[in-house]
Amino acid sequence: MYEHDVIVVGAGGAGLRAAIAAHEEGADVALVTKLHPVRSHTGAAEGGINAALREGDSWDLHAYDTMKGSDYLGDAPAIDTFAKDAPEEVIQIEHWGMPFSREDDGRVSQRPFGGMSFPRTTYAGAETGHHLLHTMYEQAVKRGIEVYDEWYVTNLAVTDHEDPEDRTCHGCVAYDIKSGEIHGFRAKNGVILATGGLGQAFDHTTNAVANTGDGCAMAYRAGVPMEDMEMIQFHPTTLPSTGVLISEGVRGEGGILYNEDEERFMFEHGYANNDGELASRDVVSRAELTEVNAGRGIEDEYVHLDMRHLGEERILDRLENILHLAEDFEGVDGLDEPMPVKPGQHYAMGGVETDENGETCIEGLYAAGETACVSLHGANRLGGNALPELLVFGARAGHHAAGKDMKVAEIETGPSAKSEDGAVEPPVAPGAVDAGSDDVVADGGAAATPKGVVKGTVEEERQRVEELLEADGINHAEVRADVQETMTQRVNVFREEDGLKQALREIKDARREYGNVAVADPSRTYNTDLIHTIETRNILDVAEAITIGALAREEFRGAHWRAEHQERKDDEWIKHTMLAWNDGEPELYYKPVVLEGDEETYEPKERSY
Amino acid sequence: MSTQIEQQETESESEQEAESAVESPGDRRRAQKQQRLDEQKQAEREESTLDDEETITLKVFRYDPEVEGKQEPRFDDFVVPFHKGMTILDALIYARDQYDSSLTFRHSCRQAVCGSDALFVNGRQRLGCKTQIAELESPVRIEPLPHQEVVKDLVVDMEHFYDQMEAVEPYFDADELPDDELEEQRQSRENREKVKMSTRCIWCGACMSSCNIAAGDNEYLGPAAINKAYRFAMDEREGADRKQERLRIIEQEHGVWRCQTQFSCTEVCPKDIPLTEHIQELKREAVKNNLKFW
Repeated sequence: MYEHDVIVVGAGGAGLRAAIAAHEEGADVALVTKLHPVRSHTGAAEGGINAALREGDSWDLHAYDTMKGSDYLGDAPAIDTFAKDAPEEVIQIEHWGMPFSREDDGRVSQRPFGGMSFPRTTYAGAETGHHLLHTMYEQAVKRGIEVYDEWYVTNLAVTDHEDPEDRTCHGCVAYDIKSGEIHGFRAKNGVILATGGLGQAFDHTTNAVANTGDGCAMAYRAGVPMEDMEMIQFHPTTLPSTGVLISEGVRGEGGILYNEDEERFMFEHGYANNDGELASRDVVSRAELTEVNAGRGIEDEYVHLDMRHLGEERILDRLENILHLAEDFEGVDGLDEPMPVKPGQHYAMGGVETDENGETCIEGLYAAGETACVSLHGANRLGGNALPELLVFGARAGHHAAGKDMKVAEIETGPSAKSEDGAVEPPVAPGAVDAGSDDVVADGGAAATPKGVVKGTVEEERQRVEELLEADGINHAEVRADVQETMTQRVNVFREEDGLKQALREIKDARREYGNVAVADPSRTYNTDLIHTIETRNILDVAEAITIGALAREEFRGAHWRAEHQERKDDEWIKHTMLAWNDGEPELYYKPVVLEGDEETYEPKERSY
Repeated sequence: MSTQIEQQETESESEQEAESAVESPGDRRRAQKQQRLDEQKQAEREESTLDDEETITLKVFRYDPEVEGKQEPRFDDFVVPFHKGMTILDALIYARDQYDSSLTFRHSCRQAVCGSDALFVNGRQRLGCKTQIAELESPVRIEPLPHQEVVKDLVVDMEHFYDQMEAVEPYFDADELPDDELEEQRQSRENREKVKMSTRCIWCGACMSSCNIAAGDNEYLGPAAINKAYRFAMDEREGADRKQERLRIIEQEHGVWRCQTQFSCTEVCPKDIPLTEHIQELKREAVKNNLKFW
């Protein structure tokens, strides 16, 4: 068994920032990650990092834009904290050597981004995430922070008290991918989940193959609710063949969207008469698909994004990476031709319920970054807000887990934050896989000591892996492909009641299939077949949560569009969708959105761009 | 004396810069595009074979130290349906998901930024995700990166590569920071431009694997690590003392002087980093630095 004060699961932006913060507090901290840190998906972020740095801008303007962008589903304490901490965090990584793009006077450049009332997006070309990830990893190396790379965390060691709020997380179990050994990791102070996105629940996504919602699913099975899972962001500009992201920076610099008739449809068809291409992402994604559905798409599939008029010099200075992506993955020269783009799954606004200190309802369990839902982005994340989120909340989770005395959180977590029960009746009873491990609640068992909890969980995981390796059965890839296809067909940008119900039935079928899954590769050495099989279970859980949430929310808010409910229903729906898994079945309930901020109480207004 | 030499060095450096200014990223990109178009035409000429069968044959290296029958390295053939735009990674995923789930390789982002799928394809180091099959001769031979220990199938042990990266103290270390914690350090656009290419490294290991010197000298820092050293040594925000220290590291016995300017690293770098040029520039810096102190 390995022991550390703080264990951070995942070593992308949020994990690295959390580890550095915990280290700053004097904790012995370890990063446990299924990829080497520099392979993390933070590296694929392109556009930039928002922070109010300049005269004329201020944290409360940033907060206001973020609340408006969230379509009033964000929590004000999270948003205020975020906007206040962001400048210091951005300058901090600048001090760590981050190679930002520069102005003539040597200060960092900022550019306009969708939904922002001020050009407050700092950037490093169109490869901001790559530089941020590498800069932070460098700082982790400088501090000598221990990294267990290519170790896959498969479960959390949590006590088995009936009420999740009485449970404690004592560590986790990880699988050494290279040797196949399973070991316990005891965390004396806390475990921080920073496992990133869940895009692999969809088949057209900008997310990496590793983004399988591991942290979310593990926390869910340990008793932490998932919050606002239906809120999935679809990015309006992804390459049709692969899902590779074309940064919002292209539109920020002045890129234009055209339909097949060469109309600048954002204006000509009235989708966003003020902001046009720079309306927020949900608006632009729907506009594109509406064009395609109306027969004005190109090859009935996509639209064109044109940046030729920006000129070669500016493109090479600020968007060079985009030229490479368009050419390598779509065979299009962005200097000579418009680029084909369509919406693709991009970001999960929802995730593990946390407060603004990063803590979940289980003592000693934290989450930060995309896997968490502190409720910063609400129903729609603004471009350039993900990277400062992982800095701000990664740092806070790290400090808190290492024992720093934090201000009492204003955002409540856990069942005690509950305001009402959810009304939705899923057409099928969702739940555990039929065969195999349905003993999913509080995996630690009734052990007397913290070490015992970890040890017990290790034993369970060994058994689970043994079974997967020894049994005969179907390949997980079939199950995974089925779920991905279902989600892309039925739980996409446009959602209909019948389609959502059908999706739940299909996910249920996939669960049943998963009961027969087995790993064909018998090897203990670098068994990716096994890793992907365990991941697929996580994909099932998050896909189901997304779909149940989408069926329950009978309104149109932010990224969540429903055919039958074409308006935002503030009287009824300014509340978070919570899904908890306690008695082996998901429990749906709600908790109120906190609109009362430090300076003002946000009044929901119509969101027009 | 030393001043004179310094001047000369400066002049030659500016010539160097003028040269590299002629070959702008745009020029490089266009040259590559032309090359790709030529290759595409070549591929079209050969496409009749592809069209007939609409499949592609992969010859994939297999090895697993643990599984009987796979302990002797061998090549497996996979015949996969071909479609336009298909990459090496697409084909490997197809082979794994449809034919043999034990086929093992690293991959994640699929967009040439995570650096995990560097492979030896038809005798050259390439990133699987950004390598179009149509541009390659069939059958496509896929092997793990040479000169690294094979863990299993196409997965190599990267520990040595990471160790070399870390040996150059790969982290920013400014002399002094602005007093105000909300104020950034100034950096000129020129200086940012100077280090820009060096900061693009994705740690894929292709360069190290292609380097003859690294193959024969296990202690050689290698192109990626030296490029990392360049990234910081050339950053004007670090002070003179730190630069001294950095030059000392790359000047060691197994540092820059081992490089024999064979350009193989530069040729295979998937991010077009002028690695050899960076190594040469550090050699010049080292000479300048030593002259100053004599």
